[in-house]
Amino acid sequence: MTTAGQSKSQLKRYLMIYFFILALSAVQFFFAYHHAEGAQLLARLLAVAFIQAALGVMYFMHLAEERRSLFLTLIPATIFVLLMMNMIWSDSFRLLHMRP
Amino acid sequence: MSESNLSTGGHAAAMEESPYAIPSRKLTMWLFLISDAVTFGAILFAYGYLRTASTDWPEPFKFNPSIMNVMIMTFILITSSLTMLLAVDASKAGDKPKTMRWLGLTMLLGAIFAALHIREWMGLIHEGVRLFQNPWGAPLFGATFFSITGLHLLHVISGIVALSVIARGFARGSLSAGHVESVGLYWHFVDVVWMFVVPLVYLVNIAR
Repeated sequence: MTTAGQSKSQLKRYLMIYFFILALSAVQFFFAYHHAEGAQLLARLLAVAFIQAALGVMYFMHLAEERRSLFLTLIPATIFVLLMMNMIWSDSFRLLHMRP
Repeated sequence: MSESNLSTGGHAAAMEESPYAIPSRKLTMWLFLISDAVTFGAILFAYGYLRTASTDWPEPFKFNPSIMNVMIMTFILITSSLTMLLAVDASKAGDKPKTMRWLGLTMLLGAIFAALHIREWMGLIHEGVRLFQNPWGAPLFGATFFSITGLHLLHVISGIVALSVIARGFARGSLSAGHVESVGLYWHFVDVVWMFVVPLVYLVNIAR
């Protein structure tokens, strides 16, 4: 059972991460309306989304507190599969250039 | 003693320790979430494929009401993740009333999110967006939009149902803090998916 002090510091940590994730969402909306379009906008938005997701997975889902072996089993394979899906883009651009 | 051994009554000498030292319930939830993440990834990639291959993809989301609505929905869902965290902590501390309060608040926030989302859908349908047609451009805009956001909405609604079942079981004493934690993992996952849906579906398609 956690002590009152531990609970307080844990709550403080949760709130810090919560406000940081909210701030990152605000940054995404800012990017969308200022200074970026197209591929640059997409890259910036995805970068922020990955940071948010990492914080959510590591701290809200407590993966950072689990054994390293669990992290290594789950995350690299998932990222690998998602990265492999990027092979579709050459076909997508080919279709775009074939348009009359 | 790891949490996994508690369920076996401490017969550690006769049985191997659970892999990763977590209960099988939690490991199963993680494995399901990984598969779900890849499913959402595939759908988002398919949407990206269609969008990139299209010369007239609609960009219909005006600041008012669409983007403002999305901002509020994002705030609500991230806040519901915080309340879920607090519910899990309260359940681990054995505080039933506190757990119930935080679970109830999480469910309420989830329901508000779902209601706002359905309201947004009705607005788009009223403007003429259907699965395979819309007044603006590429016919598959509707199919991709409704399938991505619809699948996410289905996850939110399922999560609310799951939370209510877990809350009831925990209140009665038939379910443990481990069950609250597992459903908490699911709820956080739903939030993480939304963090990708917002930029990819809404923010790259804002009306300029």
